[in-house]
Amino acid sequence: MTGRRLVYMDHAATTPAAPEIVEAMLPYFTERFGNPSSIYGIARESKAAIDTAREQVAHAINASPEEIYITSGGTESDNWAIKGVAYAHRKRGKRIITSAIEHHAVLHTCQYLERQGFEVTYLPVDEFGRVSLSALADAITDETILVSIMAANNEIGTLEPIADCARICRERGVYFHTDAVQAIGSVPVDVRAQDVDLLSLSAHKFYGPKGIGALYIRKGVRLDNLLHGGSQEQRHRAGTENLAGIVGMGAAIERAVGRQEEYARRLTSLRKRLLSGIMERIEHVRLNGHPTERLPGNLNCSFEFIEGEGMLLLLDHAGVAASTGSACTSGSLEPSHVLLAIGLEHATAHGSLRLTLGESNTEADVDYVLEALPPIVERLRTMSPLYADYRRSCNVQ
Amino acid sequence: MYSEKVMEHFMNPRNQGEIENPDGVGEVGNPKCGDIMKIFLKVKDDRIEDVQFQTFGCGAAVASSSMATELIKGKTLEEAWDLSNKAVAEALGGLPPVKMHCSVLAEEGIHKAINDYRVKQGLELWKEKPGASHAHADDACEI
Repeated sequence: MTGRRLVYMDHAATTPAAPEIVEAMLPYFTERFGNPSSIYGIARESKAAIDTAREQVAHAINASPEEIYITSGGTESDNWAIKGVAYAHRKRGKRIITSAIEHHAVLHTCQYLERQGFEVTYLPVDEFGRVSLSALADAITDETILVSIMAANNEIGTLEPIADCARICRERGVYFHTDAVQAIGSVPVDVRAQDVDLLSLSAHKFYGPKGIGALYIRKGVRLDNLLHGGSQEQRHRAGTENLAGIVGMGAAIERAVGRQEEYARRLTSLRKRLLSGIMERIEHVRLNGHPTERLPGNLNCSFEFIEGEGMLLLLDHAGVAASTGSACTSGSLEPSHVLLAIGLEHATAHGSLRLTLGESNTEADVDYVLEALPPIVERLRTMSPLYADYRRSCNVQ
Repeated sequence: MYSEKVMEHFMNPRNQGEIENPDGVGEVGNPKCGDIMKIFLKVKDDRIEDVQFQTFGCGAAVASSSMATELIKGKTLEEAWDLSNKAVAEALGGLPPVKMHCSVLAEEGIHKAINDYRVKQGLELWKEKPGASHAHADDACEI
């Protein structure tokens, strides 16, 4: 690696584990390696470490420790919540409601359940990516057993009104799950105040390790197990615990929630600087997502006439790590389902760029991106037949 | 994910631009798929004297346009017509499977530009060889 500048602006994809978190984890790979299910001394130490982490997670979201179930991350938590409720309550009804802009961990789980005979309603969203409460209320029937609406969207950053969704579900006697993977550490999350029944979280989004997460299951909510085997996690999630990961998650969530307000304030200010800088320097840009009700660090813009992957490659060349909703990076040829759901034309969706800010980013980083981006957009537009057509149409007029 | 050759052509595309009063133009692709390629030809004595391209698309689409135009410049129209998408992809040191349609687009764009030239000259259209690259075009997104 040369002295090249690296500006990491893809914190929605993942965050680096904080050094003190790694430090806290290390002993649990080596001297404190005991299996928490055993009875001797080092095993009891492991058990105690897990208990502490569970308390840290519970405290961070205002739950009780016995309502926290450790999983391998957001995907498992979403799968468990949705399949678990579906199978445990299918005699009561086979209808599930979710939104059109959920993460694939929710959407593909719902699609799987459709093949198993469940019926799923995908609520549309408005131009900002918000679900409509009246549409939710109208969609609930006597056969609805579960509603799953994300707390914050991973692509466009829009915050969903989950407390209101939960209230509607409570009134109608339907379980409410929220994928809060992007929300923890960035916006306040309180399972009591927001009255949610199930909540998914993942440690690597808040400066903890990858491969570890949790599902909050409100006391009294019944769901089938996803993994069968040993009696770990109060007999609900089998498998020897990822001890170091759990310790890391506990420490990371305590750290993240403790500094949430300051983190949000700092990132909001950086995001505003980034957005206004882009708008000042580049024409034909559209902000995707809600102007104010969004994750503090999330900026998503569409640049007309160009395609996102080209932007990513040129940004990478300039040392900037970012993301796009264009098809080209997804392995499919369709652009992001989220961008299509908020009403973007395909070409505009292909031209999206997601910059997600985090702890490492400074004003200098923002200014560096503001310097790097305009010539990149200009260069790709010069290459684009769509831009040439647009310029011609302007000249004709 | 991309070969060095793809990156080199993406970073320094050859023949990128527009020809004024071209002898033939071919535009292929669709904004829905995220790829549009436009090929401009200048033809003299049945040879491609100049070729330029404009592309809206990913790195592979730009690199395919660049490589394909480089491969046909100075060639006869018949030689240019015979350039296959596979030859473009091979010259680029390979493309990821999901990006093969970009090379198909380049081949189709050249064919369309050549036939545009032929129409303007009052010549009959050349037909695609059966089973040529179009099996790959099926991989492209549904329009």
